[in-house]
Amino acid sequence: MSVATAFFYLFSIITIASAAMVIVGRNPVHSVLFLILAFVSAAGLFVLTGAEFLAMLLVVVYVGAVMVLFLFVVMMLDVDFAQLQKTVGKYLPVGGLITLVVLAELVLVVGSWNVAPESVLSTPTPAGLSNTAALGQVLYTQYAYLFQAAGLVLLTAMIGAIVLTLHHRPNVKRQDISAQNARTRATAIENKHVPSRTGVPVP
Amino acid sequence: METLLPLLLIVAKSLLLIILGLTAIAYYLLADRKIWAAVMLRKGPNVVGPWGIWQSFADMIKFMVKEPIIPTTANKGVFMIAPLVTAALALSAWAVIPVNDGWAIANLNVGILYIFAISSLGVYGIIMGGWASNSKYPFLSALRSAAQMVSYEVSIGFVIITVLLCAGSLNLNDIVKAQDTQWGMLGWYWLPLFPMFVIFFISALAETNRPPFDLVEAESELVAGFMVEYSSAPYLLFMLGEYVAIITMCALLVILFCGGWLPPFHNEYLDQVPGVIWFVLKLTWFFFLFAMVKAFVPRYRYDQLMRLGWKVFLPLSLAAVILVAGVLQFAGFAAQ
Repeated sequence: MSVATAFFYLFSIITIASAAMVIVGRNPVHSVLFLILAFVSAAGLFVLTGAEFLAMLLVVVYVGAVMVLFLFVVMMLDVDFAQLQKTVGKYLPVGGLITLVVLAELVLVVGSWNVAPESVLSTPTPAGLSNTAALGQVLYTQYAYLFQAAGLVLLTAMIGAIVLTLHHRPNVKRQDISAQNARTRATAIENKHVPSRTGVPVP
Repeated sequence: METLLPLLLIVAKSLLLIILGLTAIAYYLLADRKIWAAVMLRKGPNVVGPWGIWQSFADMIKFMVKEPIIPTTANKGVFMIAPLVTAALALSAWAVIPVNDGWAIANLNVGILYIFAISSLGVYGIIMGGWASNSKYPFLSALRSAAQMVSYEVSIGFVIITVLLCAGSLNLNDIVKAQDTQWGMLGWYWLPLFPMFVIFFISALAETNRPPFDLVEAESELVAGFMVEYSSAPYLLFMLGEYVAIITMCALLVILFCGGWLPPFHNEYLDQVPGVIWFVLKLTWFFFLFAMVKAFVPRYRYDQLMRLGWKVFLPLSLAAVILVAGVLQFAGFAAQ
């Protein structure tokens, strides 16, 4: 058994085991942490198949950004774990049914799907190009318009989220940074002559 | 045996790097305290050994032999894993950093992405530690750090993209070689990309939770932030991870903007000096800057920190990406 094979089995076992722990875990924070572990070991599997760019992207985007926000939200939830355990039984029949349907669909799709052998490269990287460069060439030449369309969809989603959550409240005191920085000694400090025993009138 | 030999070689290299690295960290830590003290006209640690040179080792032994205290309400598993995650992730970034031409444990083609990925994972140690402590201050600190590190990663990412556009490679070794021009240190990227260099330096401070952006462990507000409940060896691991991350950011500044192991000018004398010496000298210079910033810049307020990240650095670095790409494309400098 080569070293690569050994690492393949190691990462696969970790991925599957932690994916199972996501569902089995009682504490939602633990579930999210196991999901992160599953992502990281999946990135390890990507590296083993030679798709190093995808692996790094998976870690940067999903583990580094998406899951941080996910963990952020889950940590803030005030969940009653005992209550959560009780309600699992209630949803088990419906959830199980959906699982079975999805499984059947997947089996049907994979079973009837003929992969064209000529369209699949034997290695993920063409000769003389690094993995990243090959991916970039395909993405930015062949699929440039689709890539930009995907970007537009994401932009629309982002603007939509901002529009949904942004409330313009009147009478809110905000800091005006440029006004603060524009203050000088002349506008901020005033020297007054204070006569003895009389003081100055307070405005 | 054929396959095991390279594996053993990698293990040996990693061990060597860790031993050298940890010794270096001990002295960088001491240097940090000494510089800080000198700015305040104090002497700093000067009792253990001449000029206090054994201070870090004494501290290490103290932390190792102390009793680790785990709060009863803490989530014990996560509580103990958090410092390990911080230290292990910080150290693993060094696997791809070339200290001389080809002197890296792994010469990854996506080296810079790897470091970016590792540094974006660094936030997990803090979040896990803060949450598992089951206490108010650590939790607030974890929330702050999650927001802060995600914000500044965005601008770091864009700054890295401008460098990548100029170098035309994601490989750290190739990025340094792309800066090897006849103009010596004037051809390194700090000059043509000077605004990006400044943004990267400030974002690196925020990413490593260094003052003036150390709101994660602001002692006047949060006692010690996510480390409040930690003691002995776990605390030591947090400190280790923090300092290794700082050194990694300094190394990244050296590689991306200051020509890595290259001498400032090519002539027959400077070319004789080993590249490692140049690398360490530049690294130490950036660490000195980090320490000086810690000494004389007051801490930011949290809303100022967020404003700087999202409203100043993000638009500036995004505009720079477009500008640099445009200049490279239309002035004919585009990398092949």
